[in-house]
Amino acid sequence: MADLTTDFVGIKSPNPFWLASAPPTDKEYNVRRAFEAGWGGVVWKTLGEAGPPVVNVNGPRYGAIWGADRRLLGLNNIELITDRPLEVNLREIKSVKRDYPDRAVVVSLMVPCEEEAWKAILPLVEETGADGVELNFGCPHGMSERGMGSAVGQVPEYIEMVTRWVKQNTRMPCIVKLTPNITDIRKPAAAAHAGGADAVSLINTINSITSVNLDSFAPEPTIDGKGAHGGYCGPAVKPIALNMVAEIARTPEMANLPISGIGGVTTWRDAAEFMALGAGNVQVCTAAMTYGFKIVQEMISGLSQYMDEKGMTSTSELVRRAVPNLSDWQNLNLNYIAKAKIDEDLCIKCGRCYAACEDTSHQAIAMSDDRVFSVKDEECVACNLCVNVCPVENCITMEAMAPGSTDPRTGKTVQATPADWTTHPNNPATRAAE
Amino acid sequence: MSHSPLTPGIVPGRLDAETYSENFSDLHPPLDRHEARVAADRCYFCHDAPCVTACPTSIDIPLFIRQIATGTPEAAARTIFTQNILGGMCARVCPTETLCEEACVRETAEGKPVKIGELQRYATDTLMATGDHPFERDDPTGKTIAVVGAGPAGLACAHRLAMYGHKVSVYDARPKPGGLNEYGIASYKSTGGFAAAEVDWLLQIGGITIETGKALGNGLSLPDLKAKHDAVFLGIGLASVNALGLGDEDMTGVLPAVDFIAKLRQTSDLASLPIGRDVVVIGGGMTAIDAAVQAKLLGALNVTLFYRRGRDRMNASVFEQDLAASHGVRIITNATPKAIHGNGAVREIEFDYTDDALTPTGETLRLTADQVFSAIGQTLQGEDLPALDGGKISVDETGRTSVSGVWAGGDCASGGDDLTVTAVAEGRDAAEDIHATLMGAVG
Repeated sequence: MADLTTDFVGIKSPNPFWLASAPPTDKEYNVRRAFEAGWGGVVWKTLGEAGPPVVNVNGPRYGAIWGADRRLLGLNNIELITDRPLEVNLREIKSVKRDYPDRAVVVSLMVPCEEEAWKAILPLVEETGADGVELNFGCPHGMSERGMGSAVGQVPEYIEMVTRWVKQNTRMPCIVKLTPNITDIRKPAAAAHAGGADAVSLINTINSITSVNLDSFAPEPTIDGKGAHGGYCGPAVKPIALNMVAEIARTPEMANLPISGIGGVTTWRDAAEFMALGAGNVQVCTAAMTYGFKIVQEMISGLSQYMDEKGMTSTSELVRRAVPNLSDWQNLNLNYIAKAKIDEDLCIKCGRCYAACEDTSHQAIAMSDDRVFSVKDEECVACNLCVNVCPVENCITMEAMAPGSTDPRTGKTVQATPADWTTHPNNPATRAAE
Repeated sequence: MSHSPLTPGIVPGRLDAETYSENFSDLHPPLDRHEARVAADRCYFCHDAPCVTACPTSIDIPLFIRQIATGTPEAAARTIFTQNILGGMCARVCPTETLCEEACVRETAEGKPVKIGELQRYATDTLMATGDHPFERDDPTGKTIAVVGAGPAGLACAHRLAMYGHKVSVYDARPKPGGLNEYGIASYKSTGGFAAAEVDWLLQIGGITIETGKALGNGLSLPDLKAKHDAVFLGIGLASVNALGLGDEDMTGVLPAVDFIAKLRQTSDLASLPIGRDVVVIGGGMTAIDAAVQAKLLGALNVTLFYRRGRDRMNASVFEQDLAASHGVRIITNATPKAIHGNGAVREIEFDYTDDALTPTGETLRLTADQVFSAIGQTLQGEDLPALDGGKISVDETGRTSVSGVWAGGDCASGGDDLTVTAVAEGRDAAEDIHATLMGAVG
């Protein structure tokens, strides 16, 4: 079985699956249960400065959207950082780390944007024996109204400044957690890098309103008739998170900046995808909150089987494996021609491909009187919509045309040599260069 | 409990009260809201959906299921009733396993179709429980139409005509309207007086009067109806039962299955219904299955169903055959009744085993029987009927008969497959043609 041991910025853990800083890691009780279930590490729920802790709302903290069969696809929350006293959390962190020395225990922090505040808390965390700190520059609700969380994460100069304070005041590895509520994720990541961060983790949650109650006309979750935006997470945000991870991973200046991937990781496959796009490990929250800690067992067995099948002996062989294949649109090969192909044996004749193509795309699927569906190669642009709406996996596939054959749509011969937009005759920039 | 299943002869009260009520409760308990949502989520919303094609009334099934999935079962019910005003009963009695659910792509994909019938019931029950009628009657047209037969075909026809503002007089031979919905469906498929409630709900459209105790040849004549109305629709069903032709049918204990079923449906006390200890049912259709299963549910010890051909030729669906088998009904195929033995009352029945060409093989079977139900088909009954075709009233696709101004539909008319849902479709389509004809659109 593949070795899932990971070393992330010097922090070792038996597997790359950490629980993200969130409700599941707010207390010793939960974290012990998590470690017993097999989680490789935790990022303890964000601590604030000493003194009276923050308070949470006493109504609903979460809202959700669901897919078929009420499968939870997206979760939003308006919970703040830990509302338990600092000393209680520190005592529990120490106790857990003592009993689970092989697991990663990283402590998430959020204190005011003043160097003294960071100087005060870092030694207290160090004293617990924790493996590192994660700076919460991400939470988009509540704390951001007080100048913390995403209010810091949205200003690259602040990120760099605070990261530098932290690096100057502790020996512990420092991970900077980024907010996705910005225009270009590379800017805050570069700021953290410049400030000396050992790694970045992303994404934190996305500004969101999950739904509106159509009887009370209040956003959900509703507190006494009012609602505030929350932070969105869960499977629905995975594509956004993957892109942001990839954007950082493919920036040459940050190629060596470790990334902890967060955002909708639900299965071993999601984790492997994050790692292939540059994440050294992953952090999970919503999947655990939906199904309980036991899901890590599937993640472990699935990733092990996959790595065995691929002949990988260490997770480092998977990390960044897909990064070289990330490209700009303008460099995609326009001479690559594919056509949809429908496997009639697998087809259950629902006709969704036909409706999608006929109504909303290229009229490239034919439907016979006895419901046999076939692709009209002379119309098919290989958009992939039929594949995406088909309920049966692998029933419709995209088949590349062999070089030398003729594309019946254009009448042109499929070229073996790649050619992209940068050299295309329709590109004004190309024409200008002539 | 005066008797038990072991008591010889035809006696009432073989079971205790609790068992009777358990045996005759809903075959498919209604889906609750959660079950309906889960079931609805499985629908793929197919393009030009095969289930719609398979439905004789062409209900827009993907649309109504999506309306359930999005929390608007009342809108779903309107989608159903627009095509099939008896969608509530059809949800209970349709052999969905050979219609919409057989065509469902998830049957192809996983061998488990979307529960279309049960979802239809969920939607229609939800709307009907409000007591509201979802349609409004157009302004009166001044036209009057006679509908003979208050079964599914007649009611569907009458409702559609009334919607268009016509005045409809419905006549029926039996004391209550509803036809086979009221008298012919197995009790566990239509519990709680649903058939009667559905008629009352349907009549809320207005413009429909019902007179019972009248049939062609019994207070009604076709020429007279034609003279008094602008059009006539015949939905008279098949009122005569086919005889076994064994010559001993006056013997005590031998009777048509439809009479047994009708009596069972109308009783207020199941314990008062006498049933044999050793019951034999002859026939391979839905009526035979309904009679056999209900005989068993009334406490008969042995119920044996005989069909002259192979199982694959039975009109009853595989689901119905399995239902009978699961209730302990023994099904014997390729056997034809030869003689009934007894002295005034049936004691035994004798069968010839036959091959696929119905030729006796020489082997016979003699079986103890104190009650024999025949369910070998019904025939048309009536006077001055339009031209027939194969023993039924000959109609074209819009229900027109050989007599101008007279339409027909349901079991009495040619074509179709003698299902409630087919009768509804034929009644509805005839009404559309009658309306178009009377209003001058076609002619």
